[in-house]
Amino acid sequence: MTDVIGDRSEPREWIPTGRSDAADRDGPMLLVGTRKGAWILAADHRRQRWSMLGPQFLGHIAQHLVLDPRDRSTLLLAAKTGHLGPTVFRSDDLGRTWSEAHRPPAYTPGDALGRAVQTVFWLTPGHRIEPGVWYAGTSPQGLFRSDDEGRSWAPVSGWNDHPSWSLWAEWPDEEGTPDGSIVHSIIVDPRDAAHLYIGLSGGGVFESVDRGDSWTPLNRGCVMNFAPDPDAETGHDPHCVRLHPARPDRLYQQNHCGIYRLDRPDTTWTRIGDNMPAAVGDIGFPIEVHPRDPDTAWVFPMDGTDVWPRTSPDGRPAVYVTHDAGDSWRRQDTGLPEWGWLTVKRQAMTTDQSDPLGVYFGTTGGEVWASNDEGDSWNRIAAHLPEIYSIELADPTDRS
Amino acid sequence: MKVRIPTPLRSYTTGRAVVEAEGATIDELLDDLDQRYPGIRFRIVDEQARLRPHVSIFVNAERERDLSTTLEGIDEVTVMQALSGG
Repeated sequence: MTDVIGDRSEPREWIPTGRSDAADRDGPMLLVGTRKGAWILAADHRRQRWSMLGPQFLGHIAQHLVLDPRDRSTLLLAAKTGHLGPTVFRSDDLGRTWSEAHRPPAYTPGDALGRAVQTVFWLTPGHRIEPGVWYAGTSPQGLFRSDDEGRSWAPVSGWNDHPSWSLWAEWPDEEGTPDGSIVHSIIVDPRDAAHLYIGLSGGGVFESVDRGDSWTPLNRGCVMNFAPDPDAETGHDPHCVRLHPARPDRLYQQNHCGIYRLDRPDTTWTRIGDNMPAAVGDIGFPIEVHPRDPDTAWVFPMDGTDVWPRTSPDGRPAVYVTHDAGDSWRRQDTGLPEWGWLTVKRQAMTTDQSDPLGVYFGTTGGEVWASNDEGDSWNRIAAHLPEIYSIELADPTDRS
Repeated sequence: MKVRIPTPLRSYTTGRAVVEAEGATIDELLDDLDQRYPGIRFRIVDEQARLRPHVSIFVNAERERDLSTTLEGIDEVTVMQALSGG
């Protein structure tokens, strides 16, 4: 039986784990960003016992906490202190000590549109041949790059100052993250550091093949049933886009209007969500891929009817998995509550690298659920946390 | 002059509630504050030199929104943050 943190365990002192620390923390770590701070959940290598480390930055909005897979020790945190604005913190000792970026992501002073970064929403490490490079997505929908491991950030002017930006980006933001206008799903092609994708809520998916100097919409095939022109090339609302690491020509997308797959060089998305049960539908926030199997992906459906409750359809929480690239989907709810109105944000689902694969998601109700058998059964491994915004794998040991 | 620092910003001032800084205007004062406590200015104003929401600046007892406000003869500035929400 997996230990449930929050019911029977006390949070521990913040101790970076994973190298040669306690034997019960020699497995995968999950970096949990919440509305009120960051936590780490650390497992033993059998993933049977979980420990909680934290909180760090208690009271700050911890939007996205990400480990650099290139050095396996640098953590970057996209954060915001209440009303005091956005910034990025970095740690080069797995969270033992932190320092703030001396130049956080910010639009150019005197920006013609008067834009100022309200939230740093998304962090993506750069290509493996570009150590120290990171990308950040913000609200309003800006893209920023760091060449010095997150210490200073500069606008990607090819995006932020693109002549079509104000047409492509739904702006000004009236809602505030994580529900407002954001750049998310920043993807670097593992074969080509200059090949980038980004997702805009709202706006659509965009592609650059020149390191962000120029951009092209990539939304053909996606439904836009809320817009006066459903065939417009922009104005779409991708919620989460994933590129398959083992088949980088394959993209999966959970959109406001369905689940899609795109196999490049094709430029037209296929709605694989049509193969979901009609009573469940194919609306949701996250989508996650199996790191070794390009045909396997998971989603967490939510109710997108009438006023969009964005909770589990019919109050019956379930993950759905495809093993054939979306041709069919299977319900996975063993261990999940029979009734529950759960919401899982777009950054709050991930996997580890184990075999069988571990799959994880966090809820806005502050629970973390884990599966050690690729989604076939679920255990709650943490509870009573603040509203969870993001969960990322941090595996400082290389067992992939 | 004295600058009063609200609790959310005291991580920049090593916990100090009142610090010293100089400037002929609020803008210059915030620049000097940032020299002494790097990063603190960006928590008060954004990159377009606009006060962030819920941040107020009082010059002596008068609330000021214009960063070009002169500080001649002023001996105390208060940075205030209004907390709201839950």
